[in-house]
This record gives sequence, C-alpha cells and structure tokens, in this order.
Amino acid sequence: MTRSLVVAEIIDGALSPLTAEAVSAAAGLGDEVVVAVAGSDAAALADQVALAGVTEIVTVTVPGNDRDHDQMMQVVEALVAEVAPQVVLAPFTIRSTAWAAAVAERLDLAYTPDVVALGASGEGLSAERSIYDGRVRAQYSFPSDRPVLALVRAGAWTPAEPGGAPATRALDVAPTPSRVRLGEVRRPAGGVDLTTSDVILAVGRGVGGEENIAAFADIAERMGAALAASRPVVDAGWLPAVHQVGQTGVTVKPKVYIALGISGALHHLAGMQTSKTIVAVNTNADAPIFGYADVGAVADIHEVAEQLKALL
Amino acid sequence: MKVLVCVTQALEVSAYLEFTADGTAVDEAFVTTSLNEADQNAVEEALALVEAAGDGEVVVVSAGGDEAEEALRAGLTMGAHRAVRVDVASVLLADTRTLAAALGQAVAAEQPDLVLTGVQASDTGSQSAAPALAAVWGVPAVSVARSLALGGRTLTARREFEGGVSDEVEVDLPAVVSVQVGANEPRYGTFKDKMRAKKAEIPVLTPVDLPAARVVLTQMSADHAGGRTVQMVQGGPAEVAARILTIVREVQ
Repeated sequence: MTRSLVVAEIIDGALSPLTAEAVSAAAGLGDEVVVAVAGSDAAALADQVALAGVTEIVTVTVPGNDRDHDQMMQVVEALVAEVAPQVVLAPFTIRSTAWAAAVAERLDLAYTPDVVALGASGEGLSAERSIYDGRVRAQYSFPSDRPVLALVRAGAWTPAEPGGAPATRALDVAPTPSRVRLGEVRRPAGGVDLTTSDVILAVGRGVGGEENIAAFADIAERMGAALAASRPVVDAGWLPAVHQVGQTGVTVKPKVYIALGISGALHHLAGMQTSKTIVAVNTNADAPIFGYADVGAVADIHEVAEQLKALL
Repeated sequence: MKVLVCVTQALEVSAYLEFTADGTAVDEAFVTTSLNEADQNAVEEALALVEAAGDGEVVVVSAGGDEAEEALRAGLTMGAHRAVRVDVASVLLADTRTLAAALGQAVAAEQPDLVLTGVQASDTGSQSAAPALAAVWGVPAVSVARSLALGGRTLTARREFEGGVSDEVEVDLPAVVSVQVGANEPRYGTFKDKMRAKKAEIPVLTPVDLPAARVVLTQMSADHAGGRTVQMVQGGPAEVAARILTIVREVQ
C-alpha cells in the first residue's frame, strides 16, 4: 500500500501535460494517488487532474505565480506534512528542480531527479536514471524509511487518461513572502511555431557561424521544413530564441527531425528525442546524437548542404 | 566580495564501455573528463562580478576525490584565486544531499557573499546542487541564471524557463545561483596560468557528520536510451543529401 503525492506542474497558469505522466508513474506504485494543484487559480484547474488512478485532489490557492520557486517550496512542504505520502512525484522541469532538492533537504526526504523508471517491491522502492549521454542506466535504492521525492523524466511514462471522480478538497497554506523578488517577464518574439511542423531542419554548433545560417534557412524553406537550432546557436546570437529546441527551448515531435552539426547534448535531446524519424549528420562518429538517430551520416554538414541545394 | 564557485569534473563515456568490478562506476579506460561546461560559465561569471566590484576573490570548491582536483585546477587556470577540495568518495555523491552537505561545509568555512554553481553537470544532468546547497546554508536560490549584476548587497538575475521565456529577479545576498550554459564566454588561462594552477596547493577539507545516505547507487549497466538503432549512410555528401530528401518526401 503506497500513498503517492503528485505535485502538478503549472506553467503560466495552465496545467502542463507532463502532470499526467507523473500521475501514471504514481499509479504504477500503489492505489492511493493524491494530486496537488497549487496556484492563484488552483480550484479552476482541479478538474483537469481528474485522471485515471487519482484518488484525491488537493488544491492550494496561493497568491504568487508559478515562477515563484520559494513559495512553491513552502507549498510542497505543507502538502507533504498534510498528505503524509511515502512517495512524492513531480515532472522533471526547470520549475520543479528549483524547489525539489530544497524541500528534500528541509524535510529529510530521499531525493532523486530525472528518473526514467520506478519499482516497488518487498525491499522497498527503487529508481532508475539514464545518464552519461544515455549510455548508462543507473539503479538506485533508498535505504531509509523516509519518504522518497522523485522527479520523472518527460516521455518516460504514458500519460494517464482522463477518468475517475476523485474527491477534491482545499488546503490552506500561508507562505511567507518569497526571498526572491520577481520582476519583468520576457517572451520570445514569435512568428515561428516549431511544434506544428512535420519536418524540422535543425542546426547546431557545427554550422560554424552566423554567415552560414542563411544557406540552411534557404534549404529548410525549399524543403518545406521549419528551421530550428540547438542552444549554442541561439546563445551566439546566430538565430533568435524562438528557433531553439531543448530544455529551455521548445519540445518538438515532428515526423522527421534532421539534426545537422548537433552533437546531442542532454539539453537538446530533451527537446526532440520523441520525434518519429531522426536523421543526424555530424563529423564526430562518436557523437551521442547517433544513439538517438534512425539514420546517421558522418559527414561535413556544409558539403551536405551544397548537395541538398543542388537537389532542391 | 567573496564568490565561491562549486565545480565538478564531468564525465564523457565512449559508446562501448565496461564497468568497475563492483558495478557502480564506468571503468576509467572508457571515460574522459573535463571541467563541466556550465561550471566554466559559473567561474567566468564569478570572475566578472569580482572584477566589476573592483575587489574580492573567487574560490573554487569541488567535492570528490582526485578527479575533483582536476576540476579545481581547471578553475584556477581560468583565474580563480584559491581552491578547496572536500574529500568525499565519488559514489556517495549519487545522493544530492550528501553532495550539498559536503559543499555546505566548505561554505561554512569560507563564509562567501555569493555561491555560484553550473546549472547542471553535463553527465548526470540533475540540476539540483544549487537548491540543495541553498537549503543547507539557509539562503535563497536562483535557478538557471542567464546574466547577473550586483548593486550593493542586491543581486539582479535573468532566469531562463522553457519555451525561451525568461524573467528578471532580485535577491539579497547571501544567495546561491545556478548559472546557465552559454551565459558568457568563459576565458581560457594562458600556459603560464596552467603551470601556476598545476603547482597550487589545494587544501583538503574532511567533512564531518555527513548525513546518512538516503539514496544509494546500487548498479550501473550499459544503456541505449535513444532506443534506436542508427543506420549509417554510406558514401559521400551527395548520398547523404539524397537520403535526407527521400526521408522528407515520404512524409510530405
């Protein structure tokens, strides 16, 4: 009998679909799954977490926004005290990693981020992580009887379907003012929506310089593909942020993803590894991206670009 | 102005690999290491902040064994003034809280104004050292900072989120901040800097009263997380281009 607490991920006031994956992970561990929704409009979001396997929904209405990690830390602490779970789960994201390790420290919980599998047996809970460019799977055990707080990787569990009629109740939490004062928010200037493209042509560090971007943009256009980039290209200012695929960029799932000159850093893989077909071209035969690709080539992307241009 | 920067030596493993006899680490014959990329940005940010303040020092700290010393020497080469190693067996660092407790002892000894970390170690990607250390130290944390500026005792930071969204925050020191990869252009030391770093004395702190491990790494095995078997295109750029177009045309 395991009681899990799932902390819903709220982004810009909306429920993140990753929450349903964390619910699915919790439902796999035991039959008691409490989902907590915290935010300025928590009650309005409660219906959306009535998912298969959920036994109870707890709403926490708090003033700040969902970028207020210091407040979220206090909310989760209050929830753990109230629900007394054996397992606390949340999606592995920028927001959750900002509060989770601090909560674990303050409440003496066993903590592990970015898990891809969880198991419950007579010997207790175990977890698995995929590390070192996805080349190593590491298993963890939790030797104490303290609750386990685990953050689950996006895409590792099938999202729980809507269903069930869990009871909903509200929990009062009065957080102290955050020590981090939030200011102005900036959103990338738009015009590009990578998430709706069937074909994405993405360029990485291997593109070499800003002067080479135009050639790849031209190929993408003629090919009917959207142009994307890995983080270094955006950091260098060669393309605006709206083109970025990865942890701090957009997560995409096109029919075809063509990675040119992208080595496959953790940050980038997080944003594209569930694409249907992945093609990778890189000069380094040992680049991690080839472990995530269906079709690969060890080649100079500029020479490949020349040939593509000739064919289009 | 004293800035402490937590650094780590990040591992890269080859596609084919073997494990140590106890199965909790990759055999070092299949591993190459270097100063974690995000930590290079953190060291650079610290050096720039101290330079802007006109006075102060940057101390690099790493928890671990001999490999940690390599990270520290790389930090010294970049220009950090001093280095401290906290001696902990690396397998114990699988528990974020052990890592934070070990680093916390260096923080207690040094009493810095600000602690920086890289946003994540490129090998394990936990993104957790900064918030864990902030909780150990009892100060606020700022995660995934893209730029930092200091005005008196108040730090202003731009934080990154998913989807290219960012925000600006303010926090009073002391605080712990994780620095995003690409936040700046890390400087390289000269050959002379490297020689000096190589000879530098690195004091070792032996942690006392580390908390009982809550998480234990029990076993590593070879993985193929991508879950795909790559089919390599034979031939030159022309064949590669033709293959790409064939794949694209099939879905259009």
